[in-house]
Amino acid sequence: MHATTTSRASKVSEPAAVRWLLISVALAFLALFLLLPLAAVFAQAFDKGWEAYLAALHEPDTLSAIWLTLLTATACVPVNLFFGIVAAWAIAKFSFPGKSLLITLIDLPFSVSPVVSGLIYVLIFGLQGWLGPWLQAHGIRIIFAVPGIVLATIFVTFPFVARELIPLMESQGRDEEEAALTLGASGLQTFFRVTFPNIKWGVLYGVILCNARAMGEFGAVSVVSGHVRGSTNTIPLQVEILYNEYSYAAAFAVASLLALLALVTLAIKTLAEWKIQQGLSINENER
Amino acid sequence: MGSFGTKNTVLPGFGPALGYTIFYLSIIVLIPLSALFFKTATLTWDQFLVAVTSPRVVASYRITFGAALFAASVNAVFGVLTAWVLVRYRFPGRKLIDALVDLPFALPTAVAGITLASVYSPNGWLGQWLEPRGIKIAFTPLGIMVAMIFIGLPFVVRTVQPVLEELDQEVEEAASCLGANRLQTFYRVIFPTMLPAILTGFALAFARAVGEYGSIIFIAGNMPMVSEITPLLIITKLEQYDYAGATAIATVMLVASFVLLLSINLLQKWSRRFAE
Repeated sequence: MHATTTSRASKVSEPAAVRWLLISVALAFLALFLLLPLAAVFAQAFDKGWEAYLAALHEPDTLSAIWLTLLTATACVPVNLFFGIVAAWAIAKFSFPGKSLLITLIDLPFSVSPVVSGLIYVLIFGLQGWLGPWLQAHGIRIIFAVPGIVLATIFVTFPFVARELIPLMESQGRDEEEAALTLGASGLQTFFRVTFPNIKWGVLYGVILCNARAMGEFGAVSVVSGHVRGSTNTIPLQVEILYNEYSYAAAFAVASLLALLALVTLAIKTLAEWKIQQGLSINENER
Repeated sequence: MGSFGTKNTVLPGFGPALGYTIFYLSIIVLIPLSALFFKTATLTWDQFLVAVTSPRVVASYRITFGAALFAASVNAVFGVLTAWVLVRYRFPGRKLIDALVDLPFALPTAVAGITLASVYSPNGWLGQWLEPRGIKIAFTPLGIMVAMIFIGLPFVVRTVQPVLEELDQEVEEAASCLGANRLQTFYRVIFPTMLPAILTGFALAFARAVGEYGSIIFIAGNMPMVSEITPLLIITKLEQYDYAGATAIATVMLVASFVLLLSINLLQKWSRRFAE
């Protein structure tokens, strides 16, 4: 018995030496490209000690950047969440011609360079743009102001919730919803009592990634912001300014906030993935 | 099949849901993107050609696409290795490493940019070892590649991983029973199954690297003709109020990303057919 298991293992695996060599090379690569930069953020943030760290975060310009970033994320995440759920409902629960084209179009913002994403809003709302003269005549500022930052961020975070929910809802089918409706539930009751509990971890997954990108977007926001200190700077733009002024410790202190956000995002994402996987396998077992 | 999908289910809300999806998609994505093409259309063909083929612009394409090609190749090799190690072997910390692979997706690009620049700068953690040995990374085209490898790292791992997880080990046993050694089994049986996923991941990493801005500009040095990437050139033109020039170059970038998106879609169709 023992002999057969070892010979079976040797047929579908490698000698221990090869295994450990491959593991070491992979881990060395990941340590060099992932862990080292991550450690460097925190090491440099605390380079001048705790007090300097806290002082850097209490700078008025930094506080206003934090405030603007929170505001932008608060504006972007709900609209893209609502869109994501509605789009996933239409795409995953119904069949219609042109569905795969629609999915590709929804994914489009992911393939566009962030710089181009910002530029297109300048072309529409900027002074030289389509609506620029009209907006100026009415005293409305979009580009080089907060609305432009919000719009560009909505664009770059547009697909996150939808692309997570579409495959999840497709895999769940529509039997449960049809049963609820047949039993007399209304459409909204069906959604909140049947569909939503099934997709809640998928929603969390989409929201957390959407939020991370909304708070961390740099290229697109950099094009439309105009970099007015204390008024149109988000956290990533503030990091850039501090870095370019050679206030490295301060730049890394502010950057460490975003690195923490990334770590929290990864933790919640891993939890959500685990819960989604669990939900799917319970579904399979019931069938 | 009912007409336009609604007849085959009692589920409500198809009309409004699809209507809203198309409406929101149009105002946020499609109309703004079309603005780029309309603006470009106001240029004459000659103006367009001059804007997109001036030597400095062509040099930036060469740097951007060349570095992206190199970075995506490195990602393909190490992505396959990482996916293999994560799926096939058990070692302490595996789950943590698995979760950390997505760090480049979650870490804002500006943070990645300043961090890589400082690690590889002449007095940084790695730079102080590399510089005396004549390897300059920060503020050279090599730095661009390092940043692109960082941001493209998760793509190949995440496309190859599910394929490896579903790969039936009985096929490998069969190959082994038929007399193939382990290396032959890998090349003849496992590798062909992974290939569509590897290519998809490669194309995704390449597409991301080509458009990347935030993580590159801090480490690149941004010397015209040497280490200036195309997205930065678009911003430079905008800052000089050269809207026509910026738009023309952006159009080239957008068309390139459409072509990449199309090939990624075709690759994914191919790999799905492989999986069945």
